[in-house]
Amino acid sequence: MSETSSSLTLPDPTPRKTSFSGTLYRGNEGMWSWVLHRITGVAIYFFLLVHVLDTALIRVSPEAYNGVMAAYKNPIMGLGETVLVGAVVLHAMNGLRIILVDVWPWATRNQRLLFWIVMGLVAALMLYFTPTHLINVFSPVEGGH
Amino acid sequence: MTATIENPNYAYPARSKRRGPNLEKAGWIFMRVSGVVLIVLIFGHLAYNLLWTPGGIHAIDFGFVGGKLADPFWQWWDVLMLWLAILHGSNGMRTIVNDYVHKPRIRQVALGAIAVAAVLLIALGTLITFTFDPCPPTADPSLLPSFCAEL
Repeated sequence: MSETSSSLTLPDPTPRKTSFSGTLYRGNEGMWSWVLHRITGVAIYFFLLVHVLDTALIRVSPEAYNGVMAAYKNPIMGLGETVLVGAVVLHAMNGLRIILVDVWPWATRNQRLLFWIVMGLVAALMLYFTPTHLINVFSPVEGGH
Repeated sequence: MTATIENPNYAYPARSKRRGPNLEKAGWIFMRVSGVVLIVLIFGHLAYNLLWTPGGIHAIDFGFVGGKLADPFWQWWDVLMLWLAILHGSNGMRTIVNDYVHKPRIRQVALGAIAVAAVLLIALGTLITFTFDPCPPTADPSLLPSFCAEL
C-alpha cells in the first residue's frame, strides 16, 4: 500500500513449478485463497438474506417463527449449518490473512505460509464446533414437539 | 525468482487525478474494519446460540429469541451485526458484479438489486429488533419466554 514506485519487487522464497507456468499468480495458495474467499462470501451473503427474513417472523407470531425454525432443526439442514459455519470460519480467518498481507510486508512475503496457518485455524475451530453441533442436531428432542 | 511488474496496464491507477473524497478507499477500509468487528459479533452469535446454550439448534424458538431480544445488550449486538453484515456482504457482492458483469445495463440492474435488498433488510431488521413484543397478549403462553408469566 505504501509503495510509491510504479514497480513493486518481492523476492519469492520458494518458486514452484505448476501446470500453469508462465503466470505470476495462477494455481497456487494465493489463487485458491482468493477463490475460496469469493465462494464463501457469496454463500454467506445469500444465507444472510434468508436469515434476516426468517428472524423477521418473530414480529408475526410465535407459531410462525417456531414453524420456520423447525426447518433448521432437520438433520439435513444441520449438516448444511455445519458447512455454513465452516464457510464463515474460513472467510473470517482468510479475511485476517488479507488484512495482514495488506499492512505488513513480512506477511506479504509469507502469504503462502499464512494460507496454511489459516487452514490450520479453520480445522481447529471446526474441531471445536462440529462435535457439539452434530450431537445437538442428532439428539432426540425431549418433550416431543 | 523475482516478479516485477513494470508498467501494469491498469484502468484504475492508485493515484487518481480525480478530486473529492476517495469512496473506493473508504470502502476498502470499511471492509477491513467491519470484517474484524464481524468476527467478534458472529463468533459470539454462533458460540452463544449453538454451542453454549444447552440443546443448541433445538433450543432456538420464539421463547429463546424473544428472551434474548428483550435485553438491550442483545438488541444492540444483533442490530450492529445486521448493519455491518449487510453492508459488508453487499459491498463484496458489488465488487464481484463489477469484476464479472461487463454489460452496463445488466450491471446497473444487478447493483441496483443489491442496494435495494440491503436497504430493505437493514430497515426490516432494525425495525423488528426495536419494536417486537416478546409477550404478545393473544399468543399461547407455553410458547413465550418464561418472564412473560410474571407480567
